[in-house]
Amino acid sequence: MKKDDFLALDFYDIGPGLPLSRRKFLKLMGGGIVILFTVRDPLFLEAQRRRWQQLPEDFNAFLRIGEDGRVSCFTGKIEMGQGVITSLAQMLADELEVPLDSVDMVMGDTDLCPWDMGTWGSMTTRFFGPPLRAAAAEARAVLIELAAEHFQSDPSQFIAEAGFICYKSQKQKKVSYAQLTKGKKIAKHLAGKAPQEKPENFSIVGKPVLRLDSVEKVTGKAKFAGDVREPGMLYARILRPPAHGAKLSDVDTSPAKNVQGARIIQEGDLIAVLHDDPEQAEKALRLIKARWEKSEAKVDENNIFDHLVQVAPEGEVVSEGGILAEGEKVSKTVITNTYLDGYVAHATIETHTALAKVEGNKATIWASTQNPFGVKDDVASVLGFPAENVRVITPWVGGGFGGKASNRQTGEAAKLAKLAGKPVQIAWTRAEEFFYDTFRPAAVVKIKAGVDTSGRITFWDYGVYFAGERGSQHYYDIPHHRTMSFGSGWRGTPGSHPFGTGAWRAPANNTNTFARESQVDALATAAGMDPLEFRLKNLKDERMIRVLRAVARKFGWTPAKPPSGRGYGIATGIDAGTYVAHMAEVEVDKKTMKVRVKRVVCAQDMGLSINPEGAKTQMEGCITMGLGYALSEDIRFKGGEILDSNFDTYEIPRFSWLPKIETVLIDDKNAAPQGGGEPAIICMGGVVANAIHDAIGVRVFQLPMTAERIKQASEM
Amino acid sequence: MSKKVRFKLNGQLKSLALDQTRMLLWVLRTDFALTGSKYGCGEGFCGACTVLVNGEAVRSCQYPVEDIDGKEVITIEGLAKNGNLHPIQNAFVEHDALQCGFCTPGMILNAYSLLLKNPSPTQEEIILEMEDNLCRCGAHVRIVQAVLTAAQKMSGGSRR
Ligand code: FES
Ligand code: FES
Repeated sequence: MKKDDFLALDFYDIGPGLPLSRRKFLKLMGGGIVILFTVRDPLFLEAQRRRWQQLPEDFNAFLRIGEDGRVSCFTGKIEMGQGVITSLAQMLADELEVPLDSVDMVMGDTDLCPWDMGTWGSMTTRFFGPPLRAAAAEARAVLIELAAEHFQSDPSQFIAEAGFICYKSQKQKKVSYAQLTKGKKIAKHLAGKAPQEKPENFSIVGKPVLRLDSVEKVTGKAKFAGDVREPGMLYARILRPPAHGAKLSDVDTSPAKNVQGARIIQEGDLIAVLHDDPEQAEKALRLIKARWEKSEAKVDENNIFDHLVQVAPEGEVVSEGGILAEGEKVSKTVITNTYLDGYVAHATIETHTALAKVEGNKATIWASTQNPFGVKDDVASVLGFPAENVRVITPWVGGGFGGKASNRQTGEAAKLAKLAGKPVQIAWTRAEEFFYDTFRPAAVVKIKAGVDTSGRITFWDYGVYFAGERGSQHYYDIPHHRTMSFGSGWRGTPGSHPFGTGAWRAPANNTNTFARESQVDALATAAGMDPLEFRLKNLKDERMIRVLRAVARKFGWTPAKPPSGRGYGIATGIDAGTYVAHMAEVEVDKKTMKVRVKRVVCAQDMGLSINPEGAKTQMEGCITMGLGYALSEDIRFKGGEILDSNFDTYEIPRFSWLPKIETVLIDDKNAAPQGGGEPAIICMGGVVANAIHDAIGVRVFQLPMTAERIKQASEM
Repeated sequence: MSKKVRFKLNGQLKSLALDQTRMLLWVLRTDFALTGSKYGCGEGFCGACTVLVNGEAVRSCQYPVEDIDGKEVITIEGLAKNGNLHPIQNAFVEHDALQCGFCTPGMILNAYSLLLKNPSPTQEEIILEMEDNLCRCGAHVRIVQAVLTAAQKMSGGSRR
């Protein structure tokens, strides 16, 4: 586990969250069989390390077989489209031998679910899978013991099947889970001794199943945070500064009173209008007269890169080996390049939203968040309540990608609800969403590398500024190499970014993979070698070789020296334990320099794939979304002022951009499941850059690769 | 300025006095608690708020409520009949044509409007017609497939 994986913690420095006491917990659970277990994901372990004495529980998830025989899993993870609600339920159903529709997933409710660090980093399936299956196996063992008691026979006689425990020899002699759990109150800690289902016996895991949440979502019944209604609730609009860092010098709220029913709340810096009609709240807000003092704008989307390199703290070595100078000596060609990557927004279609209800010293918050327990701590501190008095409920979340790990809106709603004495809902406007987003940080990568006469990479000197470490380490077979990271946190160092930055789907890895794979291609070109052959020649990692060959087969790659004029590109990468390789075909209009990506093939090795259909959906999503940062997405700004405020100027991928997408899953049934929500996005910058070069012989060193930039690059 | 507005909403006649400058999206979400129509951008760029007015997809965040007088509005909540999903809804389920699901109601209604005009569209026609509905999760490939499937099912007789 690399350091960056822990940096997610910095979004929320762990507050003094209070545990659900065991007694309260067992009371809540009612009857049945409960198995408590711990998902040791790195975030949990790190959290434990940082405040081990206070960490809420010695378990962070549990499953229950209720007195009705239904199986429920309780976890603080949330569903934001990545499909874990389905893949986790599949694992449970398989291990417990029940149909998928007998499984209920209870997610992201801080009163019902044990403490959890947050949903990000492609960690849910990866780290949840094994203990969840073990817990289910344990529950099955308890059921079998109960059945043995019931029939006065030996446990070894029984097996679980379709919601029943039956005699192995006489399947019609059976007893249902509901009968067995009736009136029972059994709570056990996962001992991990019960034998688990063998991969070859999985009947649901590894089979394509459709999402469990789709019917609700196609009928409009699915409730997102903004769809929750509480009696008497008011909608809030908040006065916002025109730029980050601007100071309010003068304000007159009185004109807002002309809107009938508007309530104006002013406390310190917080000035808001509340109304039972959201449009009236907006109207009243617009009447407020405010004067702001902006600080001088020094940076913009063009000069930010020089600024970042200037203010960068000292670098840290991520990995190194050999002696760079030795490598340089034996090089035939040495190539030094600088790669740039601008700020990118999360731009989920659902904006940050929360509804808060405060009654006495208790608060309930419905929030669109990736981090319900972080919200709980935050809201508790905003209100001055003990954390145990705050309940956070996470309805369906309309996309996250890291952006909803930051939850400013929840504290705002809570504060206003307390001041107003009524439930208050805040749904950020699109402009607020673009303003307060924690953007993917702008970053610079400098690489110096060489190649010898035989086409071997001789040395690799790599420095990344402000993107982060994830994905910065190469996996090529290079004798002399060093990877340095300057300013590793996604939030940057003081004075670096003019506004908030944070984790963005596969954080750091998009930037690092774009730079690395572009440079590898540049070396292949210098060596006069086909880029696939060149990569294979410089790889020893068997898993990488396997995905690379798989993608080449599917794509129908034939060797050619770049630029071949065909517009073919390759890129590879590793993220969240998953290996990916992409090939793409692009067309570049020689007059306008506009790029059209015609085809993308992606092979992915994610170990055991729990829900292959879900995994493919995620891969397609990654490829489609990745076209945006590759081709168009770039936040424009002047100091702390964000110039893009809606989708008219900030262009995200649309239907007409769709390439033909083909996905290949290398399913390794005996390998542990790895993350699948992010990896396939990391190659999109690199694969498109390499394909553009192959098409027209022009290398673009900056993302996004807009027509204008390609034109500039071609004129150099 | 309050004005009486009469219209049909998901098959039911409604008549109420409304400030005519209000936008249909907020009337649906606030007054009728029909929250299936979503706010995504508020300026007509994303299509999350799409509903049907007289069978045409419109952006309800830009549609003043006075203009619905005498018209028929269908929202995502009005598409399934007697608990049976509409063929387009079914096709979205079958094709896993959604991830977070936030853009989904707008996508389905926009597709519905397309299929009313053009019962058997080509893939290119679908792409053209869906172009201004945004999806951040990248469900596009499957949405196109779902619309194709729905078109086949609907022209196969189950059209309503
Ligand atoms: S909310 Fe109406 S088009 Fe985006
Ligand atoms: S499914 Fe999430 S925005 Fe389309």
